[in-house]
Amino acid sequence: MKIIKIDKGEWADGLARAAGHCRLIGPRKEKAYHSFRVLGAGEVPDFDFLNTRLSPKSLVYPQSEVILEYSLDESDDDHHIMKAVEKDNSPRAVVGIRPCDAKAFVLVRQNFDTADYKDPYWLNAYEATTFVGLACESPCSTCFCTTAGCGPHHEEGLDVLLVSNGDHYLAKALTEKGGAFIQAAGWKTAAGEDAAARLDALKNAAEAKIVSAVQTGNLKTTDTNELYAAPFWEEISFSCINCGTCTYSCPTCWCFDIQDENKGKRGVRMRNWDSCMEPLFTIHGSGHNPRGSKLHRVRQRFMHKLKYFVDKYDSGIQCVGCGRCVRLCPVNIDIRRVCELMNNYGTEKNACAVSES
Amino acid sequence: MPAPSVNHKGGAVVENPYLPYPVRIDDIIVETEDRNLKTFKFVFLNPEDEDRFAYRAGQFAELSVTGKGEIPIGIASSPTEKGFVKFTVNKVGLVSSFLHSMKVGDVMGIRGPLGNWYPWETMEGKNVVIIGGGFAFTTLRSSIIYMLDPANRSKYRDIHVIYGARSPGMLLYRDELAEWEKRDDINVHITVDATDDPDWKYNVGFVPTITEQKAPPAGDDTYAIICGPPVMIKFTQPVLDSLGYAHDKIIMSLENRMKCGIGMCGRCNIGREFVCKDGPVFTLEEINRTPKEY
Repeated sequence: MKIIKIDKGEWADGLARAAGHCRLIGPRKEKAYHSFRVLGAGEVPDFDFLNTRLSPKSLVYPQSEVILEYSLDESDDDHHIMKAVEKDNSPRAVVGIRPCDAKAFVLVRQNFDTADYKDPYWLNAYEATTFVGLACESPCSTCFCTTAGCGPHHEEGLDVLLVSNGDHYLAKALTEKGGAFIQAAGWKTAAGEDAAARLDALKNAAEAKIVSAVQTGNLKTTDTNELYAAPFWEEISFSCINCGTCTYSCPTCWCFDIQDENKGKRGVRMRNWDSCMEPLFTIHGSGHNPRGSKLHRVRQRFMHKLKYFVDKYDSGIQCVGCGRCVRLCPVNIDIRRVCELMNNYGTEKNACAVSES
Repeated sequence: MPAPSVNHKGGAVVENPYLPYPVRIDDIIVETEDRNLKTFKFVFLNPEDEDRFAYRAGQFAELSVTGKGEIPIGIASSPTEKGFVKFTVNKVGLVSSFLHSMKVGDVMGIRGPLGNWYPWETMEGKNVVIIGGGFAFTTLRSSIIYMLDPANRSKYRDIHVIYGARSPGMLLYRDELAEWEKRDDINVHITVDATDDPDWKYNVGFVPTITEQKAPPAGDDTYAIICGPPVMIKFTQPVLDSLGYAHDKIIMSLENRMKCGIGMCGRCNIGREFVCKDGPVFTLEEINRTPKEY
């Protein structure tokens, strides 16, 4: 694969040229934290970050999104008839997304792109986006991507991988879209013969810095009902306050609600992120709630990510190891420990894990 | 977006699965004495949408009340009934209460058909026992009308129906029940929990009790379809067990809170299965393999 060398001095000019072809979105520091937003003219992404506080999933899947619209005015010919809203699906590029967050879209796609139904809102936004990833040099202490089917230089879900190398970036175009972006930016300098070896060395060095890990090998073969009935859910869920921070910050959580919002005689049908931490998520009209206790809800979150998803798609766990839920949980619930308890459940190792904890 | 193709159920992949078909309320029937259950008959505003809505008995749809929201409701009409679709709705929440206040001629939407259906092909040549309680009788009505259709009746052997409600006035589709009672190609066992009506000529007793008395013997050739409130299911299942029904011969239709109806919004799952898309119809054998979160 051709590796391009982008002098950091040429970076801003190239982005300005690319901006002529598509909207640029990148990390910028707002108050204390970095987040992704559309870059203004001449603005460059700020790469002085480990990762954004929230995942960039909202770029494809907004927290609130209008999907349909309608009129309630009976003098309109089409009153009470739902219509799809026009969406801006013009090309955009996300510059500086971390490999874990790009991989998350690949996992989530399996939910929105099925044999029976295609979600047009998610898929059109995803297809319109070019993902220009920034490899991680120094991970957070909570990162466990390398054992969660991902890694600091992971390429799945990316169109371009950028690796910082002193005064320049080494850029790999991974897809046609990625090649088009590099071309639009006008970066043409081929990297030297040693670039591939250099990339390998940087990748190995970055991977070596990831010190925390999950083991997932037994999840698929353990019986669902046995895991569901495991005694550890009581202890895991004990401190949970069902705040939903884990689900909102997670790049692989996709659950949503649908609501109608009226203003006068017009209205819109919206879809909004929802959370399995909310009792309202599952309550029946009768008042019966199949996940009525927080134990049910905490168990649902982890069983979904680490068991149901594993069984349903056979593509690993529904987690990329970004560590956001670990960092942001106000009561220190740690998916790595839950995964350990689940993966060891029913094995001899489990006895040791529990007695040591 | 990829071009619309054919899904594994043989239907076309719809372009925007969130967009309901516009319908007009054609008729409203108050079903029960407490006036909490009404049957709505809908006609599609665009006649070609009726073909797109081709469904099987046991499926459901999202009734879309514009400006209020959507509710997942079993389809009460049968695929053999043409020109309309029918849904019986219990007045319980925001959307269903508003729907109960709507009138003939009002325009709203229907999104579907959604979910799977009772295993009609598997049950061909077999005996079918339908066990229903309360207002969960809607897709069972669809199923009975479907099986009794002259084109279909010969495909199924003995048909038994055990249907109960709290009181005679709480039974759905009373005129049709009376007609089925008179036929000799279907065995109908109607029951009520209690009644003070001296002219009541059917059974008195809970559904599990009547099931014990009236259900045909179990066997490889006999399927039981159960749909009802949790308490009825809870006490009917042991009866079927004691009668010897195997768990792959017991077919149940589940309900859970739903939004999307297409397996995406994430709330209605029992284990890895989405009730909306992988169900709502499961065999008891399948349900036994999942956490019972319904």
